Amino acid sequence: MIRFLIPVLLFLILTGFLFVGLYKDPSLIPSPLIGKPIPTFATSTLRDPGKIISDKDIQGDYALINVWATWCAACKQEHAALVYLASQLQVPIYGLNYKDDRGAAINWLKQYGDPYVINIFDENGRIGIDFGVYGAPETFLIDSKGIIQHKLVGVMTPDVWEKQFMPKINQITAALQ
Amino acid sequence: MNRAKIFVFTFIVLHSSVSIPQVISVAPEYEERYEHLLSELRCLVCQNQTVAESPADLSNDLRIEVKEMLERGATDQEILKFMSDRYGDFVLYNPPVKPRTYLLWIGPFLLLAGGLITALMLVKRRSMDITDNELNDKDRQRLKDLLDEDINTKMK
Repeated sequence: MIRFLIPVLLFLILTGFLFVGLYKDPSLIPSPLIGKPIPTFATSTLRDPGKIISDKDIQGDYALINVWATWCAACKQEHAALVYLASQLQVPIYGLNYKDDRGAAINWLKQYGDPYVINIFDENGRIGIDFGVYGAPETFLIDSKGIIQHKLVGVMTPDVWEKQFMPKINQITAALQ
Repeated sequence: MNRAKIFVFTFIVLHSSVSIPQVISVAPEYEERYEHLLSELRCLVCQNQTVAESPADLSNDLRIEVKEMLERGATDQEILKFMSDRYGDFVLYNPPVKPRTYLLWIGPFLLLAGGLITALMLVKRRSMDITDNELNDKDRQRLKDLLDEDINTKMK
């Protein structure tokens, strides 16, 4: 009896692995940065080339860092959600303007609204590399100590906010009290 | 019709010319290590290509990063660590041996061992079947008796 059960069991285990694999999104790469402090940087802000912004300037009980660019179609798609988060829910969002044209980016904010506290201007994408950015838009959740708590690759939506970000934020604020 | 064909052809040619990775010149003394490192790194955007082959913008940035690190005197190890610190082990075509990847590394050997054991068991069972065909003492005696009986009846 056992002689027949062993291959059947092995078959089932293998099938289980393959089945789980079917539903995994291969484009989602787990970030090794979660649980680590944000990378250090110092660069000019988007609106003012003379003003320097560094990792120390990102402050708040929690904050989002949103990677975006005017050449990124999905960024346009999520922009309204970001404007809503910033204005209605008072979520502090820092922008990482990634490999973009300064003028085009400023224009975009004029046209579609500016949800950002301030924008880090990452002209050549060097800061993006330190953040492990591989496809805009990406959104990081940072706690008050500057530790990365969550990363979203793709479009921010009210649903994603509810399901992925709110629980983490509740954890962060609970830990502060 | 003809014009449409020309249009399609031009479109294809133009498009294919876009998808060639930008060439970055590296000092000859680094060239070999540069090529090797790029072939060890996976493009994050087009995941079935190495950074060396990929036309993606990010891969281009990573090629520049590798070149600059080489020129600053970084070792191959340091460059690969730089990449996996940011993008995870996923970026490495050669995954490191650690608890998460044990199965990946020893899995094929386990399968091979399983196959060998099964094969050995089959061979052993077959050779046992063959030995079973040999007569034991009891069978021999019986055969002898039968033959004797046969001879005896014929003699009569």
